[in-house]
Amino acid sequence: MAGTAEAVDLAAAMITAPVAAADALVIAPTLITVLFGAVLLLFRKRAVLQFPIGIFALALLVVACAGILARVLTAGPIAMAMGSWLPPFGINFTADVLGASFAFFASLVALTVGVFATRDIDGLGRRYGFFPFLLLMMTGICNAFLTGDIFNLYVWFEVMLIASFGLMVLGNGKAQLDGAVRYALLNLLAAGFFLIATGYLYGALGTLNMADIALRLREPTGDLPMKTIAMLYILGFGMKAAAFPLAFWLPASYHTPSPAAGAIFAGLLTKVGAYALMRTMIMLMPAEHQVYADMLSWLAIGTILLGSFGAMAESDLRRMLGYIVISGIGIIFAGIALGSQGGLSGAILYAIHSMLVMTALYFAAGIAAHLGGSQELRHLGGLYGASPLLAGLMLALVFSAAALPPFSGFWAKVVVVQAALADQRWLLAGVVLSASAFTALAAGRAFAHAFWRGGPLGTPDGAEKAVPGELSPFDQRVLYGPIIALAGLTLVIGLYPAPFLRLAEAGAAGLLDPTPYFNAVFGGAP
Amino acid sequence: MSTVIFRAIAPYLTALMVLFSVFVLLRGHNNPGGGFIGGLIAASAFAIYGIAYGVPPVRRALRFHPMQIAGTGLLFTVLAGIPSLFASVPFLTGMWAYPTVFGMEIAVSTPLVFDIGVYLVVLGTISSIALSLEEKER
Amino acid sequence: MEAPLALLVGCFFAASVYLLMSDSLIRIILGVAVLSNAINLLIFVAGRIVKEVPPIIPEGAQVPPIDTANPLPQALVLTAIVISFSFFAFLLVLIFRTYQALGTDRTDEMHVAEPKGGPVPPRGY
Repeated sequence: MAGTAEAVDLAAAMITAPVAAADALVIAPTLITVLFGAVLLLFRKRAVLQFPIGIFALALLVVACAGILARVLTAGPIAMAMGSWLPPFGINFTADVLGASFAFFASLVALTVGVFATRDIDGLGRRYGFFPFLLLMMTGICNAFLTGDIFNLYVWFEVMLIASFGLMVLGNGKAQLDGAVRYALLNLLAAGFFLIATGYLYGALGTLNMADIALRLREPTGDLPMKTIAMLYILGFGMKAAAFPLAFWLPASYHTPSPAAGAIFAGLLTKVGAYALMRTMIMLMPAEHQVYADMLSWLAIGTILLGSFGAMAESDLRRMLGYIVISGIGIIFAGIALGSQGGLSGAILYAIHSMLVMTALYFAAGIAAHLGGSQELRHLGGLYGASPLLAGLMLALVFSAAALPPFSGFWAKVVVVQAALADQRWLLAGVVLSASAFTALAAGRAFAHAFWRGGPLGTPDGAEKAVPGELSPFDQRVLYGPIIALAGLTLVIGLYPAPFLRLAEAGAAGLLDPTPYFNAVFGGAP
Repeated sequence: MSTVIFRAIAPYLTALMVLFSVFVLLRGHNNPGGGFIGGLIAASAFAIYGIAYGVPPVRRALRFHPMQIAGTGLLFTVLAGIPSLFASVPFLTGMWAYPTVFGMEIAVSTPLVFDIGVYLVVLGTISSIALSLEEKER
Repeated sequence: MEAPLALLVGCFFAASVYLLMSDSLIRIILGVAVLSNAINLLIFVAGRIVKEVPPIIPEGAQVPPIDTANPLPQALVLTAIVISFSFFAFLLVLIFRTYQALGTDRTDEMHVAEPKGGPVPPRGY
């Protein structure tokens, strides 16, 4: 590297061509969330301002993510090198169909959470920063989906984590602190494994750009310790996604924060782990995926069964939902284990379905707990009489979570099962199918206890007891609106699955053959 | 910790450290230094002041709530990227201007704005955590 | 130079795992602190130790005049240090608040979020 002090041709290290305005869209999520998050931090004492500015920022985020998705679908992946440093030297943002569609649905979920939070979070929570934390968490989540640099992915993971810690302890309840300790320590360990793997990867390949890594690993790697690195990634992301042996932190903590915070955790955080696993195992390390396909398949089976049996053994409404989240992660893992076009499209569609449905279920459980004055199935009851609308929505969401038609989960599961049968993994296909029955059993029992029975456990048939909590008409509109929107979306996906299936298939195709991705990053000539 | 000697020198030490932190911030573009280390020095300056005089004087000295300082810093870091959008170069590309003030050429750049943002974020978050730990009970 | 540093990383990991398996929260966060240092050192060693010359380009030059240390692992480690430092600070506050609220720092005695030994879930109504 010994050089002279003469002028160096910058074109060898910097991008000199001007950037199209549409490509600048890929950093719009960062700009919007950080800008408005900072403004809300400045006005932290003005509780009145927090809600309109926060909702406006989240709506803007949805528009920006929709713009990215539209652009990616028409013109292929978009890439932008931060600070003009030519890839693979600088940090790169690259949006492909998978990342853009996840970012879009995540922003949609965040908007519903923002609306729900306006009534659910009291003035105190809003002043101490629910909306700033929410926006900063969306910075982490959206950018994790959009970044094209593996170390940068780690940084966005941590941004997301630190903001989620803030949301978790908001309110300072005893159970919240207890849950937050478990959540924080376990997620920190997961991020630690991710960082160890990234350090080894850098040591082995000398690059951190995902497109560059993927290209290097498509050639023979010789004696590089790629299997170890892949195992560390599975460990880290599996822990983050709450997969089988490392899932117990999720039901221990997700039921403690406020309903709005719990809903966005259940909807989005585990999916970021699943997304990162897809990205690393399928796009970056296809050879190592072959090695670990069987193990991933067993992990998926374990995760589904753990989630199913855990949900059946639980008598706390929101903790039961935590286990249902885990069972859904198992189905996504099944698709990742298959690694075929069908399996991956099923996994992607199921992840989108799970984002929408789990968020809505946590909303509904939050309202049920408010109306019934408890989260415990023994003490709940009579909610059908108190709110037939909520009961109807809950039933629809329970069906959707159990992947029954006519809701979105059905098609995703059909695709996964088809792929498993095509791959002759009979056991995996059977367990994925059985998850529907188990989830329907557990969630249906919860529905029967909390909504169908006239009052707390022991109330005779036909008797009707009043519930302790109530909601003003305005509260009802604000709180039911997001649930209706999400339940409506899962119904729409269930009834008109074709465009969404095409989206998932395009995402899977982009992972399996990332040539357009490489071309976007390296400007046509990889 | 609040001995007479310590209480007597703490204000001077704090002032000196804040001044030094700004120096470290400004030399950071071409030499070791920068926003992060500068922010840490400033935060430890206020921590020293807090150890000597307790938390309320520090809050008065900071004037704004630490989280507001951090929010301002976050705003600066985003603003540092916006000029690159109008010049249609990739996000966060360094942009430079050399205005002459009182006959002296001064290099103003977006990396400097970004570094000031980092300085404020670090100062805000670290002093917020330090103050809440020193306050013991809220 | 790599071999002794690799051994040191191993010692760090061993110490952190031992501390993480303790049931006292204070030891656990000390374990987290040691773990993050172990990872930082690991990244540093993974970037190869070549020269002890700081990668600073003198004024007027476009490239460094002599071979320097690899700056990228330093940047990665700095980022990781910032992150682990802020996490450590957050955990410290969190654990202190938890200790105040629950009156214990032993994980075995913390059962607010997950009550112990409740009745089996109802089989019917």
